[in-house]
Amino acid sequence: MTPDEQQAVASALADAYETRSPIDPPSATAAMTVEDAYAIQTLQLARWIAQGASVRGHKVGLTARAMQRMLGVDQPDYGRLLDTMLFASGERIAADRFLQPRVEPEIAFVLGRDLEGPGVTTVDVVRSTEFVVASLEVIDSRIRDWKITLEDTVADNASSAAVVLASRPILPSAVDLRLAGCNLYRNGALVATGAGGAVLGDPVRAVAWLANVLATTGGGLHAGDVVLPGSCTMAAPLGSGDSIHAEFAGIGPVHVSFAK
Amino acid sequence: MNVGEAAGILLDAEGAARDRAPLTDEWTGLDLSTAYEIQDETLRRRLARGERLVGVKLGLTSVAKQRTMKIDRPLVAWLTDTMALAPGVPIGPGLIHPRAEPEIVFILRKRLEGPGVTAAEALEAVGAVYAGVEVIDSRFADFRFTLPDVVADNASAARFVLGPIRVATDKLDLSLEACLLHVDGEAVDSATGAAVQGHPAQALAFAANTLAERGRALEAGWTVLTGGMTDAVPIPPGTALAAEFSHLGTVVLRADSPQEH
Repeated sequence: MTPDEQQAVASALADAYETRSPIDPPSATAAMTVEDAYAIQTLQLARWIAQGASVRGHKVGLTARAMQRMLGVDQPDYGRLLDTMLFASGERIAADRFLQPRVEPEIAFVLGRDLEGPGVTTVDVVRSTEFVVASLEVIDSRIRDWKITLEDTVADNASSAAVVLASRPILPSAVDLRLAGCNLYRNGALVATGAGGAVLGDPVRAVAWLANVLATTGGGLHAGDVVLPGSCTMAAPLGSGDSIHAEFAGIGPVHVSFAK
Repeated sequence: MNVGEAAGILLDAEGAARDRAPLTDEWTGLDLSTAYEIQDETLRRRLARGERLVGVKLGLTSVAKQRTMKIDRPLVAWLTDTMALAPGVPIGPGLIHPRAEPEIVFILRKRLEGPGVTAAEALEAVGAVYAGVEVIDSRFADFRFTLPDVVADNASAARFVLGPIRVATDKLDLSLEACLLHVDGEAVDSATGAAVQGHPAQALAFAANTLAERGRALEAGWTVLTGGMTDAVPIPPGTALAAEFSHLGTVVLRADSPQEH
């Protein structure tokens, strides 16, 4: 894609946020590589930063083998988390911020020191993690009916929308992140269960993958960054008026509700 | 076809490791209570040939499966000693199209008789908790069956293996007890005990109450397989499966290739 073509897709996605009407998959009409898609994501990021937002971390997506198979890929993707996307557990969020939201329970990592690839190992991730907290990620797609390819979701900031963080810090040494159970409830009814290891077999691997991939374009992770490694369960649908609760063994609960 | 013939057909299919059409293809009017009579008749014949009744399994414990089958609670079916695999022993030949699912397993220390058993009362009767993997193997082609078919077929029961650690129920939150399921080294699925009727003790209470309707109770010493936490995964010959639990240890199971025999 030419820079102009990348900019056109970035603008179309920005319009989708503003008008709250999803667009057709960009990959359907343009030959878009994964590199193009990340360039488009970065163009959107520049726009948000120009509007006053700041980057507070990253999310890793497509970490479940089932999801990777569905999109025909063999690795995860990533997107950027902005300060405008972060909420505290217990908050009520306006549902009309979103187009077609879904929710995923995740074990969020908060870094105590910088983590820069290449060559970042899982040991480096554990050493650099100050604590983990229970979290809920609201994912959303600016692309109609979630009809996405890998390139589409990468261009669309890895379908990220909002992050709800609990405040109880847990040391990574205090809990088995792989075998920590997670139950997701919607309006009091159990909708999904899983474990931390649903993420690439170990969520620590997702953080290491992210640090090493960011290094290929000169980036890295920084002290204080929030990293969402991927979902412990399948994503659950989300509607206005819903109240969502997730419980993580040894890590604790996180709640959010969505105003009607 | 009558109850005795149907029981014979199912035991023959199992013995020959050959699948067949659902009973209801021929016996279109087969109802649920008759299906349970067939299940009980297969048990009677197993005991007559020297097998020992060691417990029960619950089937169709996930809400999704229950919706598909249009029922609102799980099935109960019989376990005998020949279905128990020793740890580390490969599944071996003799099965049709086995699938495996991780489960939380109870060993009862007290008799538990319904109706009206609550989850808390059920947990009181539990002597120990184990991790488990159940191997199911429908005697019907492609696992295609109606509810009466699967009831008659002893809820597809075939084999089960228990994990390495005997754990007390005290202070163990079974609703958050997780299992990470690996097939050939890849993490393919995960779930918690809550996936089983909200809590495995609720599944146990259901088993006691359902058996009461059949004039039976869960007996002290019995093994109760509470139901698949994840979807069952196919385990063709050569498959290596590992089910890792948060507090109950890891169950490893191997489906041997035929040439190893």
